[in-house]
Amino acid sequence: MSEQSSAKRATGTYEVKRGLAEMLKGGVIMDVVTPDQAKIAEDSGATAVMALERVPADIRKDGGVARMSDPEMIEGIKAAVTIPVMAKVRIGHFVEAQILQALGVDYIDESEVLTPADETHHIDKFAFTVPFVCGATNLGEALRRISEGACMIRSKGEAGTGNVVEAVRHLRNITGDMRKITQADSAELFQWAKQLQAPLPLVQEIAETGWLPVPMFCAGGIATPADAALAMQLGAEAVFVGSGIFKSDEPARRARAIVEATTHFRDADILAKVSRGLGAPMTGINMDEINQRYAERGW
Amino acid sequence: MGGVQPVVGVLALQGAFAAHERALAQVGVATRQVRVPAQLDGLDGLVMPGGESTTMSRLLHTSGLFDPLQAALRDGLPVFGTCAGMILLATTVLDGRPDQRSFAVIDIAVRRNGYGRQIDSFETELDVAGEDRPFHAVFIRAPKVESIGPAVEVLAEHEGVPVLAREGAALVASFHPELTDDARLHRLFVHQTGILK
Repeated sequence: MSEQSSAKRATGTYEVKRGLAEMLKGGVIMDVVTPDQAKIAEDSGATAVMALERVPADIRKDGGVARMSDPEMIEGIKAAVTIPVMAKVRIGHFVEAQILQALGVDYIDESEVLTPADETHHIDKFAFTVPFVCGATNLGEALRRISEGACMIRSKGEAGTGNVVEAVRHLRNITGDMRKITQADSAELFQWAKQLQAPLPLVQEIAETGWLPVPMFCAGGIATPADAALAMQLGAEAVFVGSGIFKSDEPARRARAIVEATTHFRDADILAKVSRGLGAPMTGINMDEINQRYAERGW
Repeated sequence: MGGVQPVVGVLALQGAFAAHERALAQVGVATRQVRVPAQLDGLDGLVMPGGESTTMSRLLHTSGLFDPLQAALRDGLPVFGTCAGMILLATTVLDGRPDQRSFAVIDIAVRRNGYGRQIDSFETELDVAGEDRPFHAVFIRAPKVESIGPAVEVLAEHEGVPVLAREGAALVASFHPELTDDARLHRLFVHQTGILK
């Protein structure tokens, strides 16, 4: 060995955790429930898969308590693909997170789609080597999750509905407030921090950079290539697609089309081309037809 | 300002392309995002960013970029590939998908995720040939170089394994110089390949 023995490796640092989120930008992360679905996702160009036992649409239909997936199932999906594998834990359930870290998953989603384990506290995400993504409906929620150590934010939308309206609302909430903060003077930033119930240094950072300190992706209700491109044009840096792919008629075709739409999100000619002949999308439900809004979970 | 500012393309199919654009702006070149073949016209160089190489490989095919890009690279277009970009430029990809194609402009064999999964991702300091202070390097599910051809020059190693190398007009890194504020490697790229005189 040369003189480089002094160069030690540091794992689980902020830059390393945030770095993977940077690498996932411009891509599509797909919910999968079996190794076969994971392979279809990878074949279609997914940048990562989210391994879970039931897609949100089925969690919604079945009811009951939704928990972390069986480690055996997660391992099966890890073995099936070469792209990063994410998995979900219940809000505040740090032991589920310890288990997922031990399994070597690449990202943990502390997710409102599962039944919360703690109605006051989220997980202290700095305590982990594995990075976390958390959902947010507004800027304050996003900044609170970042202050707890989240290295990626996803707008929540309303999972399992196939209806993009809530995703649009949440993206606009977050980006709209960021735009206003960039116009605020230094005294107004204190009021913004108070109003958002968010740490002042993070608000000051947004005033300077115009953006969150971590990447912001979109989730919850994306069902078509046009939905994905809409989220991207509204400022999302990548998209999560849950029920939208494997609850549609032709999952592989739809998955490929959503991947292309996310890359070419400003090119209407390509969007028109990839939107053709995809078969029926998931049926979807309207917001006044649902009895549980997952987006309200999280504090 | 004498003459026209050189334009370096950044392959923007997926991944950390925006971070590369910031680094290139720091070293004084104009940038252009490349998603379709027409955007290759008139480029003085190209950066292939980190991201998922399987995703990019697929999108290179669907966008029609693969063949014109391969022709441009064979004609000597200067190129800097980081992480997934290194994989796309290598002659041999190990643990890739069977349908994964690469441009084979640098004679190296790389193993995808050779440094392990995300929990093994790391930061470290590198001694780079010709640089007087270490370079802080971030490795994310990084590809590992397993062998190099005789024409390849190694510019930095980590634990005895090449992590920064060049051959002809191609420069490749296993790590992510775009994730730190230090633009020295982007400067090295644009100067050594003659993009900036």
